Amino acid sequence: MRISLFITCYNDTLFPDTGKSVVHLLERLGHQVEFPLDQTCCGQMHYNTGYQTEAMPLMQRFVEIFKDAEVVCIPSSSCVAMIRDHYPKMAEATGNPELIKAVDKLLPRVYELTELLVNKLGLEDVNAYYPHRVTYHASCHSLRSLHLNDLPLRLLRNVRGIDLVELQGIDQCCGFGGTFAVKNGDVSAAMLSDKLRCIENTRAEVCTAVDNSCLMHIFGGLHRQRTGVKTVHLAEILASTEDEISQ
Amino acid sequence: MMIRVGEAAEAPSFQKAAFTLLDDTQLRKNVRHATDVITGKRAIVVKEQQDWQQLRSTASAIKQHTLAHLDEYLLQFEAACTAAGGRVHWASDADDANRIIVDLVKQYGGKEVIKVKTMTSDEIGLNKAFEANGIHPHETDLADMIVQLGHDKPSHIVAPALHKNRQQVREIFMREMGLSELTDEPQDLTNAARTYLRDKFLKVKIGFSGANYLLADTGGVCVVESEGNGRMCLTLPDVLITLAGIEKVIPAFRDLEVFLQLLPRSATGERMNPYNSLWTGVHKGDGPQHFHVVLLDNGRTRILADPEARQTLHCIRCGACLNTCPVYRQTGGHAYGSIYSGPIGAIVTPQLFDMQHSQSLPYASSLCGACYEVCPVKINIPEVLIHLRGRIVREQQSGANLEAIGMKAMARIFSSGRRLEAAQRLGQFGQWPFVSEGWVKHLPGMLGNWTAVRDLRPMPKQSFRSWWREREKASAKTHSKELSS
Repeated sequence: MRISLFITCYNDTLFPDTGKSVVHLLERLGHQVEFPLDQTCCGQMHYNTGYQTEAMPLMQRFVEIFKDAEVVCIPSSSCVAMIRDHYPKMAEATGNPELIKAVDKLLPRVYELTELLVNKLGLEDVNAYYPHRVTYHASCHSLRSLHLNDLPLRLLRNVRGIDLVELQGIDQCCGFGGTFAVKNGDVSAAMLSDKLRCIENTRAEVCTAVDNSCLMHIFGGLHRQRTGVKTVHLAEILASTEDEISQ
Repeated sequence: MMIRVGEAAEAPSFQKAAFTLLDDTQLRKNVRHATDVITGKRAIVVKEQQDWQQLRSTASAIKQHTLAHLDEYLLQFEAACTAAGGRVHWASDADDANRIIVDLVKQYGGKEVIKVKTMTSDEIGLNKAFEANGIHPHETDLADMIVQLGHDKPSHIVAPALHKNRQQVREIFMREMGLSELTDEPQDLTNAARTYLRDKFLKVKIGFSGANYLLADTGGVCVVESEGNGRMCLTLPDVLITLAGIEKVIPAFRDLEVFLQLLPRSATGERMNPYNSLWTGVHKGDGPQHFHVVLLDNGRTRILADPEARQTLHCIRCGACLNTCPVYRQTGGHAYGSIYSGPIGAIVTPQLFDMQHSQSLPYASSLCGACYEVCPVKINIPEVLIHLRGRIVREQQSGANLEAIGMKAMARIFSSGRRLEAAQRLGQFGQWPFVSEGWVKHLPGMLGNWTAVRDLRPMPKQSFRSWWREREKASAKTHSKELSS
């Protein structure tokens, strides 16, 4: 299958290893990955903070760049949620019938990574090897917008060598919330503190999720407190094999 | 028109209030415990209701339909209520409503009023208006009574005294009721409240209530509660005055079938409210002989006029969104500076009240979506929060504002792949003043809120797109070598 990768702006800039892992994983599974270099950002940060006018052209860019893609793979549930939950009404607001139609036709071909693997490609075992104690945090958008349910856990359970431990309060927000973390820094810190306690209680070496935004927040706290616990995007775990283990 | 929501005008911003409240160990323990108990009970009784999602959709549809025909249903209610012996008054704002209610109490020669189940009266500041006119209001709902006797403010829509535990309630009762002995056993506390309230129920001749539902077809009013104190207020006095927001009307008696299943399960985790009181007008020799309904706008028609925020008026005040909200669960209700707290408060207050004073509220959410998931009438609270943020940004844009400048700059960077790549390179070199020993530990300005408790990895030396480009080049080279050999 020809898979177009929308890496997302912060993965591109801050977490290139996640992107590389997605490429390695999909190629290992026998698919052809393409990365349109014109892509930038889905507009989520602008839209959610109240800058909806600024988000409009970003929506139009995304649709223009990916409208002919066979499938679009996005390793971030919050960006997929932005596209699925808000693009239709944003397009509607432009009153442009071609754009409305293009969004409508594109949306069913947009997949979050685990949706692509399990729902589209029918895979739950991707031959990964990751000999570590891992706990999984269900990010808010993956849970309440995409309704991924146990898709990520089904993939993780099939990883060889993994010691997967359940996270208490798995569905509780980590307190990131985009600009919320700086606009309401104190409440965000209180929420993060609850999340860190639950993670430490699992005695996991690694906390994983399908969103690097949440993981960046969680790791920020884990590192500040010198817990020694790492965060790793799910794609990096799935890309690991016995020959090549993601660090 | 002067719209007022309690004392929201004087309230500090959410951030400021939250900063202080996060230090209140007792409050956080009480709020955590209470919300854990209620969410646990709710989860059980919602799970056993097989058609829960269908009920939610039906309730949402009934509310949408009612709001689309609100004028007709309100007039229908007025006609039916009047025909049954009630009197309907229309109040455009808080001052209007207070004046109508105070005049009614004076007209019946009352000096005291027994009150139950009425957040709307807190919205308009009725108790203050009563006291200014020499009328003494007695709150009779147990939690409201605790708040009133404790000279406190409500912190939850359904359980206004949720921030108090029984040791604290014991202290308040002993002090305010002049008791020398009292344990903190629930039964003892309830007995003390009962003795105190029975006296008021038998003595005071004017009752005052809120309303959960106004029934347009019969002109009836419905109040649900757990204690029976409401039933006392609604049946014992000679005069009953009910205050209700205009969004409380539903088309017909049979619609209660939907709401009376959704509300108790969402609010308190009960299958049914212990007391469901329904009355229509006046009945000779039975219950209050004078019945007045005050219908309140106070900004509601303004919300109705905004198609994107209209769903706010679906709210049936169950409080499920508060109990599940990770922000509310940290701060409790006082941080919201309004009688309406939690996620629903964060959208109701700034819409009812002048945006200037409550513009921190739409940002008091991580947009985690838990509120929408539990809402029995399907209010997409995150969507409305985002809509209100947009309104705030549009109103602010006249002034120079660091955030707006940053957001516009980012929008320009994102306007092409090349610009993004240039910005990435600039960031990789430009970040060095903030990087020490391989980590970002201090950031300036508002971003400092991040580094206050979190580290940040610096930007890696190579972005994904740059890696991709190199890889493509390398593979093109190999490919052309293969072709030429």
